[in-house]
Amino acid sequence: MELICPAGTPAAFREAVDAGADAVYCGFRDETNARNFPGLNFTRDELREAIAYARRNGTQTFVALNTFMRAGDEEIWYRAAADAVALGADAMILADFGLMAHVAEHYPDQRLHVSVQASASNVDAINFLVDAFNAKRVVLPRTLTIADIARIAPKIRCEIEVFVFGGLCVMAEGRCSLSSYATGKSPNMNGVCSPASHVRYRKEADELVSELGAYTINRFAAGEAAGYPTLCKGRFDIADEPGYAFEDPVSLDVMGEIDALTAAGVSALKVEGRQRGKAYVAEVVSTLKKALSAKPDDRSALLAHLRGLSEGQKTTSGAYEKRWR
Amino acid sequence: MRFPATLAAPLNVIPVAAIERATSILFRRVMKEHPHLFVRLGEHLGKCFAFMPTDIPLVFVVSPAQPSIHVVRRAKAPPDADACVEGPIVMLLALLEGRCDADALFFSRDLTVSGNMEAMLAMRNALDDCDIDLPRDLSALAGPLAPIVSRVAEGIRQRALTGEAGRWN
Repeated sequence: MELICPAGTPAAFREAVDAGADAVYCGFRDETNARNFPGLNFTRDELREAIAYARRNGTQTFVALNTFMRAGDEEIWYRAAADAVALGADAMILADFGLMAHVAEHYPDQRLHVSVQASASNVDAINFLVDAFNAKRVVLPRTLTIADIARIAPKIRCEIEVFVFGGLCVMAEGRCSLSSYATGKSPNMNGVCSPASHVRYRKEADELVSELGAYTINRFAAGEAAGYPTLCKGRFDIADEPGYAFEDPVSLDVMGEIDALTAAGVSALKVEGRQRGKAYVAEVVSTLKKALSAKPDDRSALLAHLRGLSEGQKTTSGAYEKRWR
Repeated sequence: MRFPATLAAPLNVIPVAAIERATSILFRRVMKEHPHLFVRLGEHLGKCFAFMPTDIPLVFVVSPAQPSIHVVRRAKAPPDADACVEGPIVMLLALLEGRCDADALFFSRDLTVSGNMEAMLAMRNALDDCDIDLPRDLSALAGPLAPIVSRVAEGIRQRALTGEAGRWN
């Protein structure tokens, strides 16, 4: 089972490699990837050095070009793809069918992974991407149960990678418009969910108030664990009662289901968090690496302390153990 | 870990100009060791950033464009800065060195941020990528005593951060 780890900076990249990642995924410093945050990501020179560092340590580098190309500006994404190939990326993580077609045509030897942002969640969709673009791996959306994955796996002709730890998108990835609705910018087109330019925090008496654009996302009481200022984790008045309409501020953790995921046909486990600091990357990657080789009974104790690093200081198994429809 | 109140108290009477002079020497040393520290700020290079320890009566305002650091006493009115981060001094220093995750400290309510979040995020990422090591970077100022100063500073840091890690866990 491979462990695929995030890196938003060269320092975090080195931490991930040193902590035992099998592969590290990262992106360029522009809108070609879904973590286009200020000060984050890699220049071409930084990526060259990172790939060399990874190679020396037997680690692979995946480059995420997982936003959707803007009509008329396709050259930005084509150039990023050309550079990723030239720099020696072991795989490219793509969401846009047009970009997949471009890469498959111009760089037929380049390994292509289907990003979670492509929202490929059924056998026909995945096999279409395998047949059309020679996709070697699909990152499944965080909307499927483990039973769903087990039903899909034997019928598709590529590897399966799933998110097991970190931030949790509750909407179908690549199709969520909540950030766009509130700010005009989205992870799909601009690489930013709830962009920092539209986020404000203020104190009101003892409460921490978070705002996104014109919307109040949450009011955290003194001492209450906080979350990201995203609409999907917002607390709203519903029938005059404040509550979470979509999902609590909470992070994903299904490391306790490693055996079930393996049995379902998963070959790679992905950690979310390119926007997190290198201390987080080092701690999470080293702990998950230990958990992978630990006995099932020992895993929960190993993983428990990571909860303090998680959004809302809580974790959930999300849709993997969906008990609703 | 909070900075001991008995050690913080003298900072109320020491002239700010003297504190600023000492802080500027340390700041210049860090900049000498890490000349590319603020490259990741990009368009936010011209902004001012206030670092506001909650356990000492001072505020440190950094202007990366110069680059310079300005020290003022903590007051009720917010400091003149584009973005502010508040938290115990140990955590702010740990963030400076990339030894703690800023998001985790925000979730646990140990850190408070306000003002221009784009600028603050860029600053967080710039610091996180820079491999600052204060005992190593600053001990050179101690001349022949550098190894001793470095060792003592590392010991203090380890004690302070071990406490934080224990609390996280």
